[in-house]
Amino acid sequence: MAGETTSGRPKQRAAARRMTRRQKQASTLIDATSSGWKLMLFKIVVLGLLCATAVYAALVLFMNQRWLVGSLVIVGAAGLTWIYLKRGALPAKYLAPGLVFLLIFQIFVVLYSGYVAFTNYGTGHNSTKDHAIQAIMLQAQERVPDSPTYEVSVLEDSGELLSTDELYLAIVAGDGEVLIGSEDEPLEPSSAATVQDGRVVAAEGYDVLEFNELLNRQTEITDLSVAMSEDPNAGYLRTQDGRRAYVYTSRYIYDEMADTMTSSETGTVYSDTGEGAFVADDGEQLLPGWRINVGLDNFVNAVTEDSIRGPLIYVTLWTFAFAFLSVATTFALGLFLAVVFNDKRMTSRKYYRLVMILPYAFPGFLSALVWAGMMNQEFGFLNNVLFGGASIPWLTDPWLAKVSILIVNLWLGFPYMFLVCTGALQSIPEELTEAAQVDGAKAFQAFRSIKLPLLLTALAPLLISSFAFNFNNFNLVYMLTGGGPRDVSAGVSVGSTDILISMVYKVAFVGAQADYGLASAFSILIFIIVGTISVLAFRKTKALEELN
Amino acid sequence: MRTHAPDIFRISAVLSISALALTACGGDGGDNAANADEADGDGDTAAPEAAGELEVWVDADRADVLADAASDFEDDTGIAVNLVQQDFAEVRDQFVSQVPTGEGPDIAVGAHDWLGVLVTNGVVAPVELGDAAEDFEDVAIEAWTYDGQVYGVPYSIENIALLRNADLVDQAPDSFDEMIDLGEESGASYPFLVGLDAQTADPYHLYPFQMSFGAPVFGQNSDGSYDAEELTIGNEGGVEFAQWLSDQGEAGTLSTNIDGDLALENFVDGESPFLLTGPWNVPAAEEAGINVEVDGIPAAGDQEAQPFAGVQGFFLSAQSENTLAATTFLVDYVGSPEVQQSLYEVGGRAPALTESFESAMAEDDIVAGFGEVGAEAVPMPAIPEMGAVWDYWGASQAAIINGEGDPAGLWEQMSEDIAEATE
Repeated sequence: MAGETTSGRPKQRAAARRMTRRQKQASTLIDATSSGWKLMLFKIVVLGLLCATAVYAALVLFMNQRWLVGSLVIVGAAGLTWIYLKRGALPAKYLAPGLVFLLIFQIFVVLYSGYVAFTNYGTGHNSTKDHAIQAIMLQAQERVPDSPTYEVSVLEDSGELLSTDELYLAIVAGDGEVLIGSEDEPLEPSSAATVQDGRVVAAEGYDVLEFNELLNRQTEITDLSVAMSEDPNAGYLRTQDGRRAYVYTSRYIYDEMADTMTSSETGTVYSDTGEGAFVADDGEQLLPGWRINVGLDNFVNAVTEDSIRGPLIYVTLWTFAFAFLSVATTFALGLFLAVVFNDKRMTSRKYYRLVMILPYAFPGFLSALVWAGMMNQEFGFLNNVLFGGASIPWLTDPWLAKVSILIVNLWLGFPYMFLVCTGALQSIPEELTEAAQVDGAKAFQAFRSIKLPLLLTALAPLLISSFAFNFNNFNLVYMLTGGGPRDVSAGVSVGSTDILISMVYKVAFVGAQADYGLASAFSILIFIIVGTISVLAFRKTKALEELN
Repeated sequence: MRTHAPDIFRISAVLSISALALTACGGDGGDNAANADEADGDGDTAAPEAAGELEVWVDADRADVLADAASDFEDDTGIAVNLVQQDFAEVRDQFVSQVPTGEGPDIAVGAHDWLGVLVTNGVVAPVELGDAAEDFEDVAIEAWTYDGQVYGVPYSIENIALLRNADLVDQAPDSFDEMIDLGEESGASYPFLVGLDAQTADPYHLYPFQMSFGAPVFGQNSDGSYDAEELTIGNEGGVEFAQWLSDQGEAGTLSTNIDGDLALENFVDGESPFLLTGPWNVPAAEEAGINVEVDGIPAAGDQEAQPFAGVQGFFLSAQSENTLAATTFLVDYVGSPEVQQSLYEVGGRAPALTESFESAMAEDDIVAGFGEVGAEAVPMPAIPEMGAVWDYWGASQAAIINGEGDPAGLWEQMSEDIAEATE
């Protein structure tokens, strides 16, 4: 490295030459953007296609009544077109595509989780109230036990004049009598109908709909319920395929005026009390419910509910310990190796360095799986080969599992630290150490009081980002231990290696019922924690820099 | 901006290119708009030839079979069926989140134990099978029944059974203890294997033994459906089963260090005469040249060792605007013997339609072996709280097998935790 630093002069000149060449390139590029007709044409074609796609997308969105998204698409496309047609605005030209992707893939996701955190979105609260009512009514249809299957025909009024588009169902009763009815009129006997193979094929005053006509009016037909008689308890006739009809009764009756559901078995009234579901007086909820805004409830639940609060404190502590120890151990090992392999006396360093980076090159989740196999208590490589057949419960003992997860993270993380430390070490002039040694400092002393502070100033931001990464290191925990082992006698679903993010995963996807609202609230809390720590830490490093 | 003229030129050029591009795809868009109008209109303006399109989510294995059924359906009715391939494991969550947006399919493929989540989210509609219900195996219809309603057309039944290496042991065991004796006599390294996870054991694979002690997880209603209110897992039989688990863990016949992969590997290498597993592991054993026989699961307690059955099927979206066509496709095409037979041929699982089930039983010993066990199986519970139930159940089993405390105490604690989670 000494050789590189002494030949500073010619290098600088070369750099200066390179600079001017780059500047020239830049100026020709600017010339080209302002005058080259080929580039102009390219721009027009690409922007034209972009605008066309945007207009088409917006039209489709407007047709589906997605006004906001549609407008955003138009505004975005207009903005992009303006940026690239405007003279100058070079920074905007470079940043625009990146910003668009940042908005779509980062900002939108963050804002959406923020929005979800204030709703009750989760299993049972998945959609709108209209959908919930529709689903409850569908689910509440109960076929009358042992009732027959009716071959049904769908009819409409015949004649061009005075005809309504009302639909009728016609069936042949057990005694051969033809019954016709509609949504408003219960089934009535009709004498003037022709029956063929148990099905009405013609009726006076009506047209029998053909199969393709049925298909055009599917929703109307499947929504049609015809009362069996004036007595509402006799049930009603419905068809799902236009050819077979069955008699149903409904378990719930929806009263549109009062906005309540009434159970036809028990008479219990479920009303909308603003909880996102129909709720009976005794607190029983009728699911599916719907999505509503719940304000800060999720945040309050996250910190007050006993079943969550107990594990939350424990898991938060372990998350901090895990993230801090991961950074500390990987940094220590990476730095040590970097120093060792930076020493000129070490022969064939290049090859060792190459090998060193290998763990970094394998996908993390794969390594975690392999380690899980190697740590198997009975058949694992560690116990069988390295520990001579010992039975060490690497992953099943609560404390040893914590150690194991740190060991595996050390394996996964040290190459990164090794790389950045090597880079930073090489940028520190060797003269500094030499000068210190001339002044009588021992090798370690020189390292500790000269190189290390310089290194830390350079690496602090990376250590902070590494802390933030490990704080949310879901892959490792999920693949290695799945958060376990769990203390089953404690009655909580959180394991001893669960970190906050894997606990959030359990809340959102594994627990009794998926609760995306609560999980989003947790994510926001995690974001606040990591954000605060990062800001504080960056402030601290700024102070360090000023000291130096 | 130095001059205005070029800017105006550029903008007009961009606009004209956009216009060109729009007219290129305009024909399509215009038709869509017209269709939408007609559908929203009173109905009497609808053109007679306008027919909807069915969207069906299907996994890669079943896509080809469905493509045949779909083209038949289109020939008969004029309605196109758009098959969209999805990863089977992704279908449930995608369906739950897509259906409310109106982007969901009319029909999707799935497993019956998703029903709890689908029904609670209000995204699935009942399918009235009518008299056709009697043509299916009882367990298949029971499985697809949730809260008294049938929610799908089943096509295959999947369950575990005991695989035996007939070169090592030549007779089917009658009881668990007899199986262990036979296994030990055979001289193989392991008398019996079942894959268990170190953290969560495997309540699914151990369920037949639990059932043999008379401890089903939930009580059943008269129609065979589960009553989530009546938790029976913690009954006397359950405690006996816990003790049994602990004994087996101590004796080494059950070990949480042998996961599914290790168990299969050892069975394939001839290191064990018995493996408790599902049909998915049979091809690997047959390829390795193992003389595989499929036996019933031997009971550890004094009752029958019934495993869980998982039943796959197709279900209908609650937001479908083509209910009539979709129901016709489901009941008359997917439920037909031809399609059931083809689905059986690609999947290798016992068909759900009795007619196809019987012919499959007659022609393939392996399917027959699994089918016989499956016909007596109980459907896996589908309530949405099962996620939490599996969670507590597995962790406690692992703890008991590993001897981490008093089996009865751990089991009762688990029963209380599950009761709390399913409230």
